[in-house]
Amino acid sequence: MLSKRSLVGVPLKFHTLALLFLLFLGGQAFAVDPAVSDSEEAIAAGKTVFNANCKQCHKLDQKAVGPALRGITDRRSPDWAKSFIKNSQAVIASGDDYANALYAEYNNLMMPSHEFLSDADLDNLLSYIEYGDKVDPAAAAAATAGAAGGEGAGGGIPTEYLTIIVVVLVIVLLLILIVLGLIISILTKYVNKQDLDEDDKEFISQKFQLGKVLKSDAFVIIVTALVVALVAKTAIDGLYSVGVQQGYAPTQPIAYSHALHAGTLEIECQYCHTGVEIGKSANIPSANICMNCHMHVQNVQGQEGVSPEIQKIYDAIDNNQPIEWVRVHNLPDLAYFNHSQHVKVGGIECQTCHGPIQEMEVVYQYSSLTMGWCIDCHRQTEIAAGGNEYYDKLVQLHADSKDALKVKDIGGLECAKCHY
Amino acid sequence: MKETKKTYWKGLEQLSNDPEFVKNADREFPELPSTLSEDGNASRRDFLKLMGFSLAAASLAACEAPVRKAIPYVNKPVDINPSIPNYYASTFASGGNYASIVVKTREGRPIKIDGNELSPINKGKVNAIVEASVLSLYDKERLTGPYLGGQKTDWSSLDAEVKSKLAAAGSVKVVANTILSPTTEKALQQFSDAFGAEVIMYDPLSNYGIAKASETYYGQAVVPSYFFDKAKTIVSFGADFLGSWISPIEFAGQYAKTRKISKENPVMSRHFQFESNLSLTGANADYRTPIKASQSGLAVLALYNMIASKAGASTVSAPAVEVAHLEKAANELWANRGASLVVSGSNDPNVQTVVHAINELLGNNGSTVDFGSPVNFRKGNDAEMNQFVTDLNAGRIGAVVFYNCNPVYDHPRGAEIAEGIGKARFSVATNMTMDETSSLVQAIAPDHHYLESWNDFEPKPGHFSLSQPTISPLFDTRQAQDSFLVWAGDNTSYYDFLQQSWESSLFTQIETGGEFQEFWDQSLYNGVLAIERESAVVSPVGDVAAAASAVARTYSADNSGAELVVYTKVAIGNGTFANNPWLQETPDPISKATWDNYLTVSQKWATENGVAMVEENTRKATINVNGKQLTVPVLIQPGQAEGTFGLALGYGRTKAGRVGNGVGVNAYELLDASAGFVNFDITSGVTVEVTADTYKIARTQTHQTFMGRENVIQEATLAEYKQDASAGRYKPEIYKEGEFVKPSKISLWKGHQYSQHHWGLAIDMNSCIGCSACSVACQVENNVAVVGKQEVLNRREMAWIRIDRYYSSDAAADDLDGLEKASENPEVTFQPMMCQQCNNAPCETVCPVAATTHSSEGLNQMTYNRCIGTRYCANNCPYKVRRFNWFKYHDNSQFAGVNVAQNDDLGKMVLNPDVTVRARGVMEKCSMCVQRIQAGKLEAKREKRKVKDGDINVACAVACPTDALVFGDMNDPESRISKLLKIEENTTSALKEVNEERAYHVLEEINVSPNVWYFTKIRNKDKNEA
Repeated sequence: MLSKRSLVGVPLKFHTLALLFLLFLGGQAFAVDPAVSDSEEAIAAGKTVFNANCKQCHKLDQKAVGPALRGITDRRSPDWAKSFIKNSQAVIASGDDYANALYAEYNNLMMPSHEFLSDADLDNLLSYIEYGDKVDPAAAAAATAGAAGGEGAGGGIPTEYLTIIVVVLVIVLLLILIVLGLIISILTKYVNKQDLDEDDKEFISQKFQLGKVLKSDAFVIIVTALVVALVAKTAIDGLYSVGVQQGYAPTQPIAYSHALHAGTLEIECQYCHTGVEIGKSANIPSANICMNCHMHVQNVQGQEGVSPEIQKIYDAIDNNQPIEWVRVHNLPDLAYFNHSQHVKVGGIECQTCHGPIQEMEVVYQYSSLTMGWCIDCHRQTEIAAGGNEYYDKLVQLHADSKDALKVKDIGGLECAKCHY
Repeated sequence: MKETKKTYWKGLEQLSNDPEFVKNADREFPELPSTLSEDGNASRRDFLKLMGFSLAAASLAACEAPVRKAIPYVNKPVDINPSIPNYYASTFASGGNYASIVVKTREGRPIKIDGNELSPINKGKVNAIVEASVLSLYDKERLTGPYLGGQKTDWSSLDAEVKSKLAAAGSVKVVANTILSPTTEKALQQFSDAFGAEVIMYDPLSNYGIAKASETYYGQAVVPSYFFDKAKTIVSFGADFLGSWISPIEFAGQYAKTRKISKENPVMSRHFQFESNLSLTGANADYRTPIKASQSGLAVLALYNMIASKAGASTVSAPAVEVAHLEKAANELWANRGASLVVSGSNDPNVQTVVHAINELLGNNGSTVDFGSPVNFRKGNDAEMNQFVTDLNAGRIGAVVFYNCNPVYDHPRGAEIAEGIGKARFSVATNMTMDETSSLVQAIAPDHHYLESWNDFEPKPGHFSLSQPTISPLFDTRQAQDSFLVWAGDNTSYYDFLQQSWESSLFTQIETGGEFQEFWDQSLYNGVLAIERESAVVSPVGDVAAAASAVARTYSADNSGAELVVYTKVAIGNGTFANNPWLQETPDPISKATWDNYLTVSQKWATENGVAMVEENTRKATINVNGKQLTVPVLIQPGQAEGTFGLALGYGRTKAGRVGNGVGVNAYELLDASAGFVNFDITSGVTVEVTADTYKIARTQTHQTFMGRENVIQEATLAEYKQDASAGRYKPEIYKEGEFVKPSKISLWKGHQYSQHHWGLAIDMNSCIGCSACSVACQVENNVAVVGKQEVLNRREMAWIRIDRYYSSDAAADDLDGLEKASENPEVTFQPMMCQQCNNAPCETVCPVAATTHSSEGLNQMTYNRCIGTRYCANNCPYKVRRFNWFKYHDNSQFAGVNVAQNDDLGKMVLNPDVTVRARGVMEKCSMCVQRIQAGKLEAKREKRKVKDGDINVACAVACPTDALVFGDMNDPESRISKLLKIEENTTSALKEVNEERAYHVLEEINVSPNVWYFTKIRNKDKNEA
């Protein structure tokens, strides 16, 4: 990102570093400020509040829909911050310069009021904003590198290398063939110079007769068998893939990007997919959920006017016409699947089944969603039994076993778990 | 071994070992054509066609899947989350039937009705009609908007027309069934004030006789509260209080309390029944005596005299009548005075007056029968209604408003009303459908379905309940109360009117001191509200002598003519819901007949008239009642009193809709209201003649038999039980290595381990009254298909839970005389039968594709998508509880007329989205509501806790009004079922040591080790006699 602007890159970089340095110092300085606690509990509690209420629009160290928050208690007093969080419009209306400047800077976007947050919540929130999830640049770089390395090691040989290796191997094989051919011709010449009896001569001058080979029973049988096997394999594969829509990526009525919302903006999946922890279906968000943010956000950052895609939400609301999304994941009616069992109880990440959703511009079906795929996972997945009283007896009965308690051990492979 | 010589039989053909029956009983599946068109065998050409089709279908399936849309709300309501059910308290009330209910909705659609446990009246229980009423919401034959002069119109023009016509009409009458709602009465009062109208109430199943008798005897025209739970001796003269009389759900619950016994407390009530037809209540009685309807009044008088002489009161003169067990009943009533109860199903005020007097003599007034806290269930006044019909035909009525009632069909003088409607200057109906009455009126202002309406109810003084909409109105209908208010010139919506009414009356009485809104929200949430009301002591003011002499005049001890006793079935009731296929296909608990009414006759009459019934085949007969004639099929009914005939109400609808039209005959036509009350017992002018026409009645009784195995029913008398708690139990033993051991000690199987849960069901045959609420509940919960009469005849009904009804008698049935004797008055036992979830399941071992397998929680799982339909499992099932989908019952025009819940777009709204609708060619059976088990477990897991007993319950057990079915986890020592079965050791083994002496497995000897346990039937008889 910075390399593209080589001319301003250096000062910018310097500026950023300086800022980070200052922030770091600031953090140190405020560590003694009794107004903002740096206790672990406060930060953890603050994170919960942040994720539930702020994360949709704010980041700690970057501008998002709203400004970066870290250092707010440095820039303003904690009390100011609290009253602004509670009711920003009141602070703006009171004529506060800083508030009005902020309001203007962010295109007069109104921040919803948070009167329901208690003082304790706000204290914790400020603690989190100040001390939570600090990214040390060096550590971050190392972590990225480590992650990249880890990926290489974990995934075995990368595909591009694989191709190269195959090509090299083929070349080597060809070379060997040529060398062998040469050796044969040299040897033949050498043998021909010798005195030989008839049999040996016949053997040496023997010609390779293609026709004979082609007509031989063995060849016909082998070829037929191969063809039959190939056709059968194709047919079986074809039949198995009937109804499997892996990779299905229909065009949606709104060009909604998960990469932007879930990836860049890091909005929690549950914010929109409200049913995922409570019910069978994760729920496609209703238009009023979109409006929570798009009441304020009318375009991608930095662009003027109302985005035509966002306009479609406004039209839906105005005309009371629901948005007809195209369903991507279609399980057959005979299979019962419940999101809350997997997400809330099992603690499975969304990405486990839905893939790198935070990178998808257009959502596609990542997994095959076949029964084999379900069963494989049930065979391998351990039960998240920790702290869940429901599983106590099962864990206790399983204690003697060497293997961990897996879904298969508690009936996860039984028909009536999904079919009824 | 069996200690008595009793023979158990499901039907007369089994008793007489009819060759046709034996042939069918030996077969697992009847040999019938497998196609509906019945056009011979499939040819080679058909085979090629089918093959071509399958190839084409396979290649089509390989194409890209269809695009499916996911359409979210624009503005999602806070309360509605897709896939998560919401529950709303509401109230069902129709024609005097009442139940406080909880409605389960999914994605805004009501899909299931359960009882409201907070209700002191029905105590969380329901019956078949209440269960099934959710389907009538999605009836596509409901009226979709207002009608004026047979043409569709809009509400404003209808209102203008109605207002002007009513204002000019002169005398305005509103005709309704019992109105339980005080606020509706207020709205009607406004309407009446505006037009000078008068409200006339009548009930199709009238109990006017009781109210009239109360007026004579106590000076107040009320129907009292009855408390069967406080009664040690119950004597009923033809009152079917468990099936249809006044408040059957409430009474069944009370009655069952007196029938639950244990070793620690071996006490139960004794129940005497004197009746003509074998009713559901009679089938549960300890002593049942078949008597003629013409004798019933005299029997009541005789009982009065017996009690009076014991009490030292003056007796009345009455013709002598010979009634078995009557003296015994009198003695026990007297011994238990103050804790006994005498009821009569007669609608004759004179008989009821004598019954009141008997209860008064016994000191029951105030304990088991309470006139101080009367009920509002049946407020209909037969005399007023009679007068109305006369006035209507004389042209004395200017305008008539039918408020959700259908007297053209369900009043004895229906034909006269049909004729008279045209004589009124104006007529309006608020009926939901174009039925027999609304099709004759000038204007129809269709009411909402009750699940779309606001209302309140006061079934008993001080007991209130609310109903609230659980779905937006599906059609352009309007709540009838709103219509009345609009016509009266009041533009308040009924919802506001209701709230105002509660604020001004109930809120001031309750004195909570809080906000009204809070009080309202709480009442709505609970669905019920009880306000303490003083129960006044009511003392007799009248005399029994006049009534007694009237009874002595009207009844006779030796009527030689034929008599007709009109009765009501538990599922169809008064016929209002005849268009509901769930109810039509529910077998009558006694006759096991579906989709019909019929003349029940005694075996003696059948023998005399040369009628023999083999399986479904029977003859038709013509019944002539004082000039009115009907032709009905005949059904030989064991227990039918000699010389009497029975015919059920609720059938013969002509404008009910496509399901109910033309099913059976209308028995209301035969009733007589000339004596000032609707008389259901016709004792004179009845003749019955057999015709040559043959007919088939679709009965399920002999389907799915146990192949003549005995000991399916195990029973004892109370006296035997007191001596030995395991009395009546059949304990098979098998010889093994020199000793006799229990069958469970020998097994080929290693046995399952159930480490977490072990689901089981305990069924008390002593509490099961056979009411069929469970089977309808199962049908709703599990999307069980309705197959229609023809397919029931083909023995292909789909019910997952059936109630086997066994007759028993100790007479031999080797000749016709013996048959007559055996079927004169047999004992009856009900046994609910569903998949027994065997631990050593015979079905699992024979499935070639492992479509039916065992779970680690004791369930026998059925995987539809794996099943290929070999039917081996059903062949190998000793309990005959597996059902095969012979056809595609959903989305199939051939079943659209009966299986509406799986064919209409609207009807499909009622389906349970958590249960698959099964395809053609697969087997299905009771899953023990596995969807509920899974949901309950998931909730526990989400909340990180263990499953609590009661969190999970199966649909049949929830509905059961008598708590005869108890479901639970047998691995949980604290669960109700573990305690009932007295499982003491804590084991994960599939074989639990059950210490309850009454508990047994059906067919224990074959050691399939079911997870369903039955408790022996205990009869409160002095000795074992049939």
